[in-house]
Amino acid sequence: MSAMSELSTLKGRKGPMTAAEKKANGRDNKAAYIFLLPWLVGLVAITVGPMLMSLYLSFTDYNLLQPPEWVGLDNFIRMLGDARLHNSLAVTFTYVFVGVPLQLAVALLIALVLDKGLRGLPFYRSVFYLPSLLGGSVAIAILWKQIFGTTGLVNQALAMFGIQGPGWISDPSTALSSIILLHVWTFGAPMIIFLAGLRQIPVMYYEAAKVDGASTLQQFRKITLPMLSPIIFFNLVLQIIGSFQSFTQAFIVSGGNGGPSDSTMFFTLYLYQKGFGQFDMGYASAMAWFLLVIIGVFTAINFIASKYWVFYDD
Amino acid sequence: MTTDLQTLPAPDKNTAGAGKPTNHRKPKKVRESRGTLAFSRKQRTKALGKHAILILAGALMIYPLLWMIASSLRPNDLIFRDPGLWLNSLEMSNYTDGWSALTHPFGHYMLNSAIVVIGSILGNLISCSMAAYAFARLQFTGKKLFFGIMLLTIMLPFHVVIVPQYILFSQIGWVNTFWPLIVPKLLATDAFFIFLMVQFIRGIPKDLDEAARIDGAGHPRIFLRVILPLMVPALATTTIFTFIWTWNDFFGALIYLTDPDMFTVPVALRAFVDSQSATSWGSLFAMSIVSLLPVFLVFLFGQRFLIKGIATTGIK
Repeated sequence: MSAMSELSTLKGRKGPMTAAEKKANGRDNKAAYIFLLPWLVGLVAITVGPMLMSLYLSFTDYNLLQPPEWVGLDNFIRMLGDARLHNSLAVTFTYVFVGVPLQLAVALLIALVLDKGLRGLPFYRSVFYLPSLLGGSVAIAILWKQIFGTTGLVNQALAMFGIQGPGWISDPSTALSSIILLHVWTFGAPMIIFLAGLRQIPVMYYEAAKVDGASTLQQFRKITLPMLSPIIFFNLVLQIIGSFQSFTQAFIVSGGNGGPSDSTMFFTLYLYQKGFGQFDMGYASAMAWFLLVIIGVFTAINFIASKYWVFYDD
Repeated sequence: MTTDLQTLPAPDKNTAGAGKPTNHRKPKKVRESRGTLAFSRKQRTKALGKHAILILAGALMIYPLLWMIASSLRPNDLIFRDPGLWLNSLEMSNYTDGWSALTHPFGHYMLNSAIVVIGSILGNLISCSMAAYAFARLQFTGKKLFFGIMLLTIMLPFHVVIVPQYILFSQIGWVNTFWPLIVPKLLATDAFFIFLMVQFIRGIPKDLDEAARIDGAGHPRIFLRVILPLMVPALATTTIFTFIWTWNDFFGALIYLTDPDMFTVPVALRAFVDSQSATSWGSLFAMSIVSLLPVFLVFLFGQRFLIKGIATTGIK
């Protein structure tokens, strides 16, 4: 009985129901809905309700003061011709598709070095992990603003080698890079997930490969990468979804305006300006739904593509 | 919001090793014993090389933080001239100036943040554990559908709901109160914690529930007396993550708190950045460090739960 119940808990109860469970089935309904009540209320009032409402608002002109006025597809047509919005998309895509792979590459690299019973692992792990807890804060964004300023830490360091660095965040061509670097700096969280994944690769695979004379690089390509691919995929999906929604760093570093010359104007920042700066709530809602679709599409692409490169052991 | 986090849509796949603690304990042990037995020169130089890489990378990562601390203890003009860490004297005036630079002393904003943080923690603990108990232990109509919806909401961008949510809360008159930041947590909208707890409860042997049921305990009793005491590690992880994310939360506070009396730490810091002239970087740094201190302390004492929580659910 105990093994049976444990199995069913591990497998997410896919096995046939026991007689006791069948008898209990249905009787739990009342209790279940009481336990779920806060969540259900939240789902309706805080999540699904507002979602549908914002879908409706995306077809209206609404400024909070007058009642929403139905304008059909106007907001979406306006989006087609909005050059600042197109720019904000380009900025966000650059951030996501440069920042995420870079961050994951660093995370994987450090995880590989950290793996295999190295002394002092807990200490190193803490050092690398700490920035990912602090990285989302306003305080760190402030620090970044100084570090990459004209007379900031980076340029002070460069000056010691006689190099005159640019004003990284005041120059439109480098401002985004410094925010991407901040994203890479927070590689600690995916690194921990990689470490957990590396632990699960059976040692005997490597031992067998060594007996066959495989080099370290071959072992990495033929064992580590395929065995780790579900976790790389997992990290990729999470980080892409999360990065599309980045806001705080760009807001603080640019002083809230996405500058210089819109070079750090993230999609979310533009959405905020439209919705809460100009109270163009209809347009902001249309933008929010567009963001949802973008994220959905890229997540779907990720899942479809994963069939070709993610390897599942079982 | 970079503090958003998500989990795998299909919890059963267990890609991050959730719920199978025995699986990864074994190979680790094997490796460690191999490590201590390995004495060959080649392996030792390899380990040395690894340490060199890690120390270098770690120093590079942490240096900006150390430099910020050093700079906060320096006269202002040095912040733009001294990239080193050495301090000739301890300048505490940045801290005293920064503390009183805004409308209220900085402690006022920390208190505001503390209220929101405590409310959010309580909300998440109560509402998410209740929902998790239902999903993990009870059979009910629509369970699969609801579970799927719950997982989907984890990935939902906050921006899709923020405009109507703002309209809703402003109509109730909750703008410039802490309610819009706390009430959603009381309603379990941080669904990743539900998922985390479901995963955890699934690992608790069912015999314990059954035994309690035979003794005549109903669900409320089983939940309170059997499950809750056993899921303390999951509750601790939830507490710590909620603390850090709520403490750092900027977007929500930016939208709902416009009255300086109600500012939490992130929006207060932002007001400080906006108001400061180029000469007060020292006090800005000082208050930034003060604002990071609680997170750092939580990290120091709660690291075990954090790392376990990330490894099992992929929380950022």
